Amino acid sequence: MSAMLIAEQTLNGLQLGTMLFLMAAGLTLVFGIMNLINLAHGSLYMLGAYFAATLFRLTGSFLLAGAGAFVGVLALGMLLELAVLRRFYARDHLDQVLATFGLILFFNEMARIVWGPQAVFMPLPEALEGTVALIPGAPYPLYRLVTIGVGMAVAVALYLLIGRTRAGMLIRAGASNRTMVEALGVNIRVLYTAVFGLGAALAALAGTMAGPLLSVQVGMGDGVLILTLVVIVIGGIGSIRGAFIAALLVGLSDTFGRMLLPAAVAEMTIYILMAAILTWRPQGLFPAHD
Amino acid sequence: MTDTTTMTGPPALRAPSARLWAVALLAVALLALPPAAKALGEPFYISLVSRVLVFALAAMSLDLILGYGGMVCFGHAMFMGVGAYVVGILAHHGAEETLLFGLLPGTDSGWIAWPLAMLCAGLLALAVGYVSLRTKGIHFIMITLAFAQMAYFFFVSLRAYGGDDGLSLAARSTFSDLVSLRDKTSFYYVALGVLVVVGLLLWRVTNSRFGMVLQGAKANERRMAHIGFPVFRYRLVAFTLAGAIAGLAGALLANQANFVSPAMMHWTRSGEIIVMVILGGMGSLVGPVVGAFVFLLLEEVLSGWTEHWQAVFGPMLLLVVIYARQGLYGLLPAREGK
Repeated sequence: MSAMLIAEQTLNGLQLGTMLFLMAAGLTLVFGIMNLINLAHGSLYMLGAYFAATLFRLTGSFLLAGAGAFVGVLALGMLLELAVLRRFYARDHLDQVLATFGLILFFNEMARIVWGPQAVFMPLPEALEGTVALIPGAPYPLYRLVTIGVGMAVAVALYLLIGRTRAGMLIRAGASNRTMVEALGVNIRVLYTAVFGLGAALAALAGTMAGPLLSVQVGMGDGVLILTLVVIVIGGIGSIRGAFIAALLVGLSDTFGRMLLPAAVAEMTIYILMAAILTWRPQGLFPAHD
Repeated sequence: MTDTTTMTGPPALRAPSARLWAVALLAVALLALPPAAKALGEPFYISLVSRVLVFALAAMSLDLILGYGGMVCFGHAMFMGVGAYVVGILAHHGAEETLLFGLLPGTDSGWIAWPLAMLCAGLLALAVGYVSLRTKGIHFIMITLAFAQMAYFFFVSLRAYGGDDGLSLAARSTFSDLVSLRDKTSFYYVALGVLVVVGLLLWRVTNSRFGMVLQGAKANERRMAHIGFPVFRYRLVAFTLAGAIAGLAGALLANQANFVSPAMMHWTRSGEIIVMVILGGMGSLVGPVVGAFVFLLLEEVLSGWTEHWQAVFGPMLLLVVIYARQGLYGLLPAREGK
């Protein structure tokens, strides 16, 4: 029985971890490459969830809803980068924190105006209802397994994109030396806009997947944002690999912390983890560049 | 990355500048506010501005480490919250006549509670700073945030003191029979007095050798280290002092709100205090006061117009960051040209 509980909690931890990875991947890319700390990343997650919930209600298709949210937030993210955030790449982190803090207030309030103060209900897609007995006798919700699968698939896709494609090569090059890449004739601005859009779209995907599990409401992105920041700082800023490992680490320690520790300490588990790791390795586990 | 434009010197004492005029005007307006508000039949403004003064104190303490020291602490509300809880918990035990930790009697005496609030917040800042100041840049921002989150969840879990719901102040702090903080006007002048005293103290501190080392370390840490200053220790002292002052602001806030709760140390509150400092202009001591005023009054005015005031406030913040890089106070010309 205890082994089953551990298996179930491990899956829960992985599910939280992969969700955090979807968020962290975008944030760490934007941070590592453009040197921009974007607190509004949580707002993009929230908007993704709202878009998906609305589209799901209108069309009845979860896939269509997810795709719509993905494309919608991709466009919104690119627009945001072009109109506002591009000005902040050369500014110091403090200005960036403030500006994007302003954006959080704005997006939260806009969501409240458009969708109202009550949480929006997003049902599970019918095809993904029910449970699967991975281990005999321990049924696990199918939807959560699919979430883990989506997160893992994105991780692999990102790994291939960054490591094996021309676009990925430019992203890596842009991260280490912007001026040189520009001198070689690459339009770095377009690249930045694209990377920001991709990060935003991944946040929307995380929001879509979280929609049926959590309540879709104003401010839902704020808590996730903090967790995501913890993940990218533990993983080492700019490193996708670090973000992946740290996301799973945070997901698992949070889940097991809640199972094993008294409530007061359980909430603090990941922050203690982060403080400990930063004391030990101030640059995080896998710093992309010093 | 380093912003040298914020390194303003001491306020001018020789030729009156626009800034000096602004400070003088502000001082007169603050002194005259309670009688004026009463004459206008709007005593509400007294408590509103009292709240502003309390946050101005917190913002000023943050400015010591943020504006002068270059340490972007994203957990300053934690120190405020701890100060508030010290007052709240002592008053709680004082009223119930029970013992704290089974050892100490509670009290509502401000002579005891307020210094204790500063001491607790200061000690916490010492511990947090000791760990955090080993990291730089964004890592420092995040680790201070992490500690603030720990403190937040710690107080949420304190069921004996109301947990998530918070704790009503059993009694306002008393100062023998000198003043009654129950009276709004008295509280106002106490808050103003504390702000002025702390402001003068910080003015001395920032212009002392200690303050110069702090600013030098912000501009060029490596150089300061090579000259022979133990930068870490200087920063730690500044961080501890800022924490203690924020704890005092917390003690005031508890008395102003008559209530303490974990919401006081939510991370968005830390964000708001940073916003106040930047909005007003960091590295100037007067700037944070201006920032606290503008922030809280805008909140009041905008929320009077529309319940969706944040939809207006957010973009305004963005514009300030884009166009007024030295904050509002920084827009006023300093003495002689620059």
